[in-house]
Amino acid sequence: MEAVFLAFVLMLSIFLGFELISKVPATLHTPLMSGANAISGITLVGALTSAGAGIDLWATWLGAVAVAFATIKVVGGYMVTNRMLAMFKKKDDKQGDQA
Amino acid sequence: MSLVLINAIYIVAAALFVFGLKQLGSPATAVRGNLLSAVGMFLAIVVTLFSRGILEFQWIAAAAAVGAIIGAIAAQRIAMTSMPEMVALFNGSGGIASLLVGWAALYNVGNTLFTIITILLSILIGAVTFSGSIVAWGKLSEIMPSRAIVFAAQRIVNALILIALIYCGVMFAMEPTLNSPYFFAVIALSLLFGVMVVIPIGGADMPVVISLLNSYSGLAACAAGFAINNIILIVAGSLVGAAGMILTNIMCKAMNRSLANVLFSGFGAVKTATKVEGEVKPINAEDAYLILEAASTVSFVPGYGMAVAQAQHVVRELGELLEKNGTEVTYAIHPVAGRMPGHMNVLLAEANVPYDQLVEMEDINRRIENVDVAVVIGANDVVNPAAREDENSPIYGMPIINVDHARTVFILKRTMASGFSGVDNPLFFGENSRMLFGDAKESISKVIAEFKI
Repeated sequence: MEAVFLAFVLMLSIFLGFELISKVPATLHTPLMSGANAISGITLVGALTSAGAGIDLWATWLGAVAVAFATIKVVGGYMVTNRMLAMFKKKDDKQGDQA
Repeated sequence: MSLVLINAIYIVAAALFVFGLKQLGSPATAVRGNLLSAVGMFLAIVVTLFSRGILEFQWIAAAAAVGAIIGAIAAQRIAMTSMPEMVALFNGSGGIASLLVGWAALYNVGNTLFTIITILLSILIGAVTFSGSIVAWGKLSEIMPSRAIVFAAQRIVNALILIALIYCGVMFAMEPTLNSPYFFAVIALSLLFGVMVVIPIGGADMPVVISLLNSYSGLAACAAGFAINNIILIVAGSLVGAAGMILTNIMCKAMNRSLANVLFSGFGAVKTATKVEGEVKPINAEDAYLILEAASTVSFVPGYGMAVAQAQHVVRELGELLEKNGTEVTYAIHPVAGRMPGHMNVLLAEANVPYDQLVEMEDINRRIENVDVAVVIGANDVVNPAAREDENSPIYGMPIINVDHARTVFILKRTMASGFSGVDNPLFFGENSRMLFGDAKESISKVIAEFKI
């Protein structure tokens, strides 16, 4: 039953993902991608549980390395997305064409 | 902390991810969207740290500190022109993290067959994402040749790897011991498979690969979520997986090719386009200035060459000078210009071009006849009229920016070499085309100098 339940969640999230993204303007494709990248750093949560559970030394090691990689992705991903988005500016009230 | 509370907070985190992604869809709200999703991530991490399952903190603290420092420095230092490489590496680190989480999950007691299968999946997807991203990074940073690497029996080799993978996976699932040789074979074969999948893809198809690997890194997180029975991983991972798929699809459509065609064909080897002959008409900076000065609408069409020449800042400067002169200036961007989705937009944004001046292909094509001068900067295939006219061309059918319909076209180009696809570009021989040879940055600087005299 657990597996069915998880598969159900999976299906709904995939459809939600399709709906959320389908109307994004091309201008934002890169920030969107790197923002999504940061979100998929959610593996960090899994890595934390593996590294901290203390079941087995080797498992702890694997988990710790996973924590390092996933943190790179989370921290780097959010920061670089923020840096990029800060550059997108609307035209301030200059004289001329399209308002 | 109780399991119910933890899951309740995971729900809040998931909601923040959804809102965050939604708001990333519009330039006005994007910054807040990114912040919201970061808050969601923070909540998910903190609540996990407080869960009772976590006994040892020293390794976590050390690893997280190392990761955070590397991530922060990379995010601060990276030049915008190198964003594709950066995104590739981030994809890769997500892949390896999922692989390791899957591996560590093997040590949990009482794994069912279903869990073993999801562990194998998270290792497979994680490894393919990791090694594939490393190859993509190698191609983007030109450590490896960026062209497609194809050899005769490639498909057969790939099929054999896949068969061996399935065989080892099944053997392992039947007897999942910690030191099973089949398990290590699955890791090795998956890594090899990731390399094999990306090497036949050439430089100009990189936007597809990058967004596909982005999607895979989400799916890898999702599979890891199944392996360790964690619902927030499944939700966030599949959101990202779906988002990446949509982007991949947009990129494929922009090249009028199917995903299968991009992944397996090794572009350009099949057909030979009709040879174009004619005379090109070079122009110098002074004449280019005179024409631009008299124009009432100018549209810049950037491509990967602009990134290579780092010409975005001078382009913006020229754009501003033209605007002061009363010219209407736009920047027309093809969806697959550059090496990742939205590459050109980011570069121009970095150079302070306001985003409302960036127009998409469909918009500019609708009014291209009224554009006095289209300035093509380091773009080639995305403005090649052969895609419209020559049925023998390998890029036939790809939607292009119809710069040849503009009143005048300036093409900034180093030499007369053909574009990535190796196709001749009839645009260069067009009646209204003028070639401005030389480094794009220098050429534009010369034109700017003319303006300032």
